[in-house]
Amino acid sequence: MEYEAVIGLETHVQLKTKSKMWCGCANSFGSEPNTNVCPVCLGMPGVLPVANAEALRLTVLTGYLLNCEIPRFAKFDRKNYFYPDSAKNYQLTQYDKPSTANGHVDFEFQGGTSRVRITRAHLEEDVGKSTHFERNSGVDFNRAGVPLLEIVSEPDITSADMAYEYLNALKEILQQGGVSDCDMEKGMVRCDVNISVRPKGTKELGAKIEIKNMNSFSGVRRAAEYEIARQIGVVSKGGKLIQSTRRWDDVAGITEEMRTKEDAHDYRYFPEPDLMPFEPTDEWLAEVKSRVVELPSARKARFMTDYQLPAGDAEVFKANVELGNYFEQIAKQAKNPKAAANWVINNLQAKLAETNEQSAQEQAAMGLEPADMTLLTLDSLKFKPEQLLELVGLVEAKAISSSAAQQVFAEMFETGKAPAAIVQEKGLAQVSDTGAIEKICDEVIAANPGPAADFKAGKVAALNFLKGQVMKQSKGKANPGVAGEILERKLKG
Amino acid sequence: MATGDFDVHYVAHLARLKLCPEEERQISDQMGDILGYIEKLKEVDVSGVEPTAHPFPLVNVTRPDVSRPSLPHEDALRNAPQKAGGLFTVPKIVE
Ligand SMILES: [Zn+2]
Repeated sequence: MEYEAVIGLETHVQLKTKSKMWCGCANSFGSEPNTNVCPVCLGMPGVLPVANAEALRLTVLTGYLLNCEIPRFAKFDRKNYFYPDSAKNYQLTQYDKPSTANGHVDFEFQGGTSRVRITRAHLEEDVGKSTHFERNSGVDFNRAGVPLLEIVSEPDITSADMAYEYLNALKEILQQGGVSDCDMEKGMVRCDVNISVRPKGTKELGAKIEIKNMNSFSGVRRAAEYEIARQIGVVSKGGKLIQSTRRWDDVAGITEEMRTKEDAHDYRYFPEPDLMPFEPTDEWLAEVKSRVVELPSARKARFMTDYQLPAGDAEVFKANVELGNYFEQIAKQAKNPKAAANWVINNLQAKLAETNEQSAQEQAAMGLEPADMTLLTLDSLKFKPEQLLELVGLVEAKAISSSAAQQVFAEMFETGKAPAAIVQEKGLAQVSDTGAIEKICDEVIAANPGPAADFKAGKVAALNFLKGQVMKQSKGKANPGVAGEILERKLKG
Repeated sequence: MATGDFDVHYVAHLARLKLCPEEERQISDQMGDILGYIEKLKEVDVSGVEPTAHPFPLVNVTRPDVSRPSLPHEDALRNAPQKAGGLFTVPKIVE
């Protein structure tokens, strides 16, 4: 019998706010333990939480980005449980009246578009971080009370690869939407993965098995691959699976059952008496809606339609919003947007990366931390986007050769001078005057009898070498097409 | 709900309370009384009343997203029964 996997994900994402959810402690990673804490987030008696307005906005913004409905009434509830990382002995969350519900995420998968429905994205608070030692465990409450969004998907995912692509798409939306930095290294995104298997074509769901606390997308993919195979192995041998919680062991590459007490899920939710309900007004919603950005998938499609870019180029501009914006500044006036895209991706992006890598090394040598370094951005370039457009135009019009264009680009990157001025100054205008090129060709053939003979003997590649020599002699000014024709005529003749 | 439906032992465990048999009996009776009042409330016809999470007609109480100084580190840990390396230390958590 053939089986299919049914996967749903609960993704926890830390929101990008300055302060915590209920108090004014800083929401920042990497501080000394227990330095961003106060009576509220330490759960001292008598304190009162006050909701962070920006966290509420980011939650609803996420709802819009994930095509959710935004209910006009939301509230917070207490989820009661005892665990050392929760000082209050309860977590504040939205239980039955979340801020967003019923959305979906569309993303590219296996050459098509897949849709995963979103049950809800609700706002809650993160808990402290525990570290385990030989004889005891230590708790740091800096993370306790950081606004956390739980994004619950419907069980629409059918494979480990699809789960992986869904998570990447979700992360891209949240990052570009300004909701979260989604820095995996800093634990800003964590997932619980619910997996079951069933005979292909049947409707009834198998026993749901949850893999808790995954902190990398590749880990989710590997764990899901393992778990699907394990479950199919059990049921195809006539075994029975029971609802349970498992842990992924990344080193061993296996999932193992976690011991959980039967009453562990009796959370006794009840409405939080210290927090008032939330009823967004039209005005408030309109303000949040104005922050909605173009979705990455829509952006990619638009770049392909509007500028006739191949999928690869559009993908680069989808992933790198600043670079895409830069391209759009010149794309509309470009005669050949594809050529402009090549320059932005292959030359500008590469040069910027190279310059910044060198600059970062120099600044590190001076003792600067990465966060304090000044690096070049697309906004702080010496030349204007229109000048890059001008350069692309010169190449397109064959006024300069592509190798000369590289020199011009390097110079304008360095000095900010206009391309035409550089061409003039360095005498880089392309020579299509056959007389002048003919003379250089004669010299090159005379100076390289070996390759010349090779070409005559049928070795076609030798022509490229000779052409290269002509370009070099002409300092990149010769029209390479003309040079090739002349060489070929001379050698064949 | 009658007293018999209230599992005092289970609820005490959820609340991490250790009760002696005498306390269990006493609290079970008291909780039974309280639940009895609730049962009585159930008799009221509330079909036309909107459920509410809060008695006050107040919504959207928020604060701006501004960070403020936290507690001095020493004060934060002052009440800790045990501490080490700036952390609250607790009996080893085993999952
Ligand atoms: Zn605090």
